[in-house]
Amino acid sequence: MAKGIWVFAEQRNEEIKKVTYELLSAGRKAADALGEELCAVLMGKGVSGLAGKLGEYGADKVFVLDADVLENYTTDAYTNVLADLAREHQPTAILLVCSVSGRDLAAQVAQRLGTGLMTDCTDMTMEDGQLVFTRPIYAGKAFVKAACPEVRPVMATIRPNVLAADAPQAGRGAETVAVSAGAGDVRQAIKDIIKQISTRPELTEADIIVSGGRGMKGPENFAVLEELADVLGAAVGASRAAVDAGWKPHSFQVGQTGKTVSPVLYIACGVSGAIQHLAGMSSSKCIVAINKDPEANIFKVADYGIVGDLFDVVPLLKEELEKLLA
Amino acid sequence: MKIVVLMKQVFDTEAKITIDGSGKINKQGVSLIMNPYDEYAVELGLRIKEKLKGDVTVVSVGGPEVQDALRQCLAMGADKAILVDPGTDDIDEFTTATILAKAVGSLEYDIILGGFKAIDDGSVQVCGRVAEILGIPVVNVVTQAEVEDGKAVATCDIDGGSAVIEVNLPAVLTAQKGGIEPRYPSMKGIMQAKKKPMQKIGLVDIGLDAAQIAPKVKTLSFFMPAAREAGKIVPGEPAEAVCELARLLREEAKAI
Repeated sequence: MAKGIWVFAEQRNEEIKKVTYELLSAGRKAADALGEELCAVLMGKGVSGLAGKLGEYGADKVFVLDADVLENYTTDAYTNVLADLAREHQPTAILLVCSVSGRDLAAQVAQRLGTGLMTDCTDMTMEDGQLVFTRPIYAGKAFVKAACPEVRPVMATIRPNVLAADAPQAGRGAETVAVSAGAGDVRQAIKDIIKQISTRPELTEADIIVSGGRGMKGPENFAVLEELADVLGAAVGASRAAVDAGWKPHSFQVGQTGKTVSPVLYIACGVSGAIQHLAGMSSSKCIVAINKDPEANIFKVADYGIVGDLFDVVPLLKEELEKLLA
Repeated sequence: MKIVVLMKQVFDTEAKITIDGSGKINKQGVSLIMNPYDEYAVELGLRIKEKLKGDVTVVSVGGPEVQDALRQCLAMGADKAILVDPGTDDIDEFTTATILAKAVGSLEYDIILGGFKAIDDGSVQVCGRVAEILGIPVVNVVTQAEVEDGKAVATCDIDGGSAVIEVNLPAVLTAQKGGIEPRYPSMKGIMQAKKKPMQKIGLVDIGLDAAQIAPKVKTLSFFMPAAREAGKIVPGEPAEAVCELARLLREEAKAI
């Protein structure tokens, strides 16, 4: 009999990611509805001290796997450890973050456990006693509701910023279970890791994104957006047009052939609003469009628009927000 | 070098998605393309073949319409195509991976390539599942790869940067945009593609039955996102407009 809702607690540089708390809060509700416990699985090196935080956000139990071999993510080490742990404890569900590593890990573990996996989910609900996941298809042009009715564990990766994290309860403890699991044969050898040197948040996790399109006219002009982004603590994004022109690397691209994002605030500057761009960002909570062309498609989805030259508007907006946030 | 590319045909990125009378995604009149990320996989495969000799076999799962995308791969320079028709629409990623792994398992392969994600369901799991079924390692989100001496050294995206990963072959690598540019088929390539082998097979030909590919995930319903309504254009000269915008963002939208 499968028991327990599991959340894979994603951390980086010994800090729990905010989205982990979003998953714990959603997982807590599911666990209560099913009358099961909520477990967090914490993997890495030197991460034991983070277990307490997970309890404050709702975990009843924290499996801690602290080992040298888990310092950097590798597909095999993480898959072997998580799959073995799941085989031993037979959870009802395993929820992971829809990050690069979360997606990678989820697919391998799902196949090894012979189960179904729903990825990039934007909602998780309980319907007729089973977990139902909502996920975008065609990068959000449509959505599908799906479940995994027969096999356990149900697996899903959840997109950051879509589920609310409840406030932590100071002092709420969790049972910590230290597990010394073998990582097995690790076939991916890490030769080098190149960290992106950026003080800005990652695009898929950012609360605010300032994005530029063809209207930026050239790579040097992105400095205007970066200055605005830094006032807001925002990430910088780009449309396909700007990436294809070589102004920004592909990692900045928002849209169906780039990243799908759901920030609280998305500021589109000189972005026309091609259907494939809209697919990647229209689930943002608030959209601002700044464009010279009053007929631009982006205004059809924007909550607020300014018709004007972004090179006039954006620096003024930066100054205004700087005053407001000071 | 025996190179296999897993390819998926998808709706064009410009396609408007609608739901038909039976509540399913409407496929009528939608133009179909090769999944853009799979173009990078084909390109990577062709570059490996050009360097080390060998051949490229493209494998796909789907109905007869997928032949168009397979021909495009052949026109780019792949040598052979295999199309497995599952004979059902009731499939999930487990189904597709099971079929692909079985079809590829009967071939010789040194390296298996695919796009890191398909732009339709965006589920990012089929290639990884194939690797798991075949018992070979996977490296995902690869922008560049060098193959030499039975090894692949791949540059791939990771959370917060990139990494260089080495694996022994055979292995599965999934391709991401960013390092190489896929070639356009030449006129000569298009002509040659017509004569290249295209094998169309069914489940029974690879020794699978319907029960073995039964999906794990059940789709309950499709729906369209709530249409966003056009909001307000903040009027006035730039200085005035940004003042009002900042106020609206704070007081009305509570976004900052």
